[in-house]
Amino acid sequence: MSLLLPEPGLLLWMVLIFAIVFFILAKWGFPVISSMIDKRNAYIETSLRKAEEAESRLSSLEEEHRRIMEQTRHEQAQLLKEASEARARMLSEAREEAQALSAQILDRAREEIAAGKEAALSQARREIALLGVSIAEKILRDRLSDDASQQALLDRLSDEVLRDNDNS
Amino acid sequence: MRGKGLNCIFVLAVLLVLSPLRVSARDVPEQADLDVTEIIYEHTGDAYFWHKVPLPVIVRSRTTGWHVFLASALPCAGFEMAAEDSPYAGKVVENTPDGPVRPADLSITRNVLSLLFSSLLLVVLILLTARWYRRHDVLHETPTGIAALLEPVIVMIEDEVIKEAVGPDYKRYSPYLLTAFFFILLNNLLGILPVFPGGANLTGNIAVTFVLAMCTFIATNVFGSRHYWKDIFWPDVPVFLKVPLPLMPLIELIGLFTKPFSLMIRLFANIFAGHAMLIGLLCVIFVTARMEPVINGSMMAVSVLLGVFMDCLELLVAFIQAYVFTMLSAVFIGASRQTNH
Repeated sequence: MSLLLPEPGLLLWMVLIFAIVFFILAKWGFPVISSMIDKRNAYIETSLRKAEEAESRLSSLEEEHRRIMEQTRHEQAQLLKEASEARARMLSEAREEAQALSAQILDRAREEIAAGKEAALSQARREIALLGVSIAEKILRDRLSDDASQQALLDRLSDEVLRDNDNS
Repeated sequence: MRGKGLNCIFVLAVLLVLSPLRVSARDVPEQADLDVTEIIYEHTGDAYFWHKVPLPVIVRSRTTGWHVFLASALPCAGFEMAAEDSPYAGKVVENTPDGPVRPADLSITRNVLSLLFSSLLLVVLILLTARWYRRHDVLHETPTGIAALLEPVIVMIEDEVIKEAVGPDYKRYSPYLLTAFFFILLNNLLGILPVFPGGANLTGNIAVTFVLAMCTFIATNVFGSRHYWKDIFWPDVPVFLKVPLPLMPLIELIGLFTKPFSLMIRLFANIFAGHAMLIGLLCVIFVTARMEPVINGSMMAVSVLLGVFMDCLELLVAFIQAYVFTMLSAVFIGASRQTNH
């Protein structure tokens, strides 16, 4: 039995067929499959890397977000503080202004009152003067009601005038 | 053929259930002692018939040129099957005045037909897979059908065996190594099948494993690096081992040929032995056929059980041997490609 002796016919067929199979598969078979699998592996790898990058970017974004929030809160507190200070300042200013204004108004009122009083006094004085004149007129008319008294006054007046002339 | 053996198992198993004690002696005709060796050789060897179907015989006589005829036509045109006791037993010989002469025989024998069929199947399977990848967007679709079946295997062999063993320029060798892997695996699996698509003992044939080993030998040595050749002819050993008697270079040179030789023998022996053992186990049924019915019946059960076990084992061996051949080829190629230690 030629168990260990290759049969030439089968050997030839095997060489021929295996060469053809190898040629076909090496040209259109395995390289296509391998390159596609490699392509997918590369894609998976880049996808994983991208995902990792995205994750790290996300976490840095979160960090940023938290930082901004912190900053905003800080600024808010500051603004509130400033606002309350401004309010207090405005209030005190307004109060001062109001005081100044009311003082001014009081002064003017006082002046007006004083002026009014003066005017009333001068009026009263004029009235009193007029009253005195009319009283004096009435007294004179009373005294000069007869001829003798009129003559006596006339004499005295002329005497006075003459005396004045003599003196001058 | 092993197919016949397995068919016999099923028929006999059924008969065993129906009337176990009356089958054996009657079904086996009175004949000379069963020649188990002969049966094993017949089933594991090559033939001009596939079961009973005659295959074309293509022979070239030195005197009358090419002849093509069906094996059923034998004896024909001066050709006939060699006598049982001749050195060419089981082969077609030409009758010449000087006695039987073996012509150049390119017959489509059982093994050649099986080789044609399995190669066609392999090409179709792999090209279908490649076509799936060509027609689909590999980045957004998972493989379906045949691609889903073969992709894990291809990835495993390429990533874990070829890339690991060959090194950085593995892409140059991966088509050959993958072809060898799938060729061996497919033929191993078809060899387990007893009926049509399988039935031949292709990877258990020395001619087939010889060609495969030669391919690895060529791939290893034709593209060997300078470092590799230097390691063979001037290895890093004490000088007295190299001069004056080139002891180590001689050993290395022999190793050059024993590596592919071991590949050839390993694959052949594993597959051949598996088939031979399975047939031997089944022959137990026929060997004990003329003994007591009880012995024969119980041996039948044992034979069937062990046969099933052997078939399972052969499934495992089919994969392991394909894997081992590919891995060792990759290792040999990788060793020839390395540029420094």
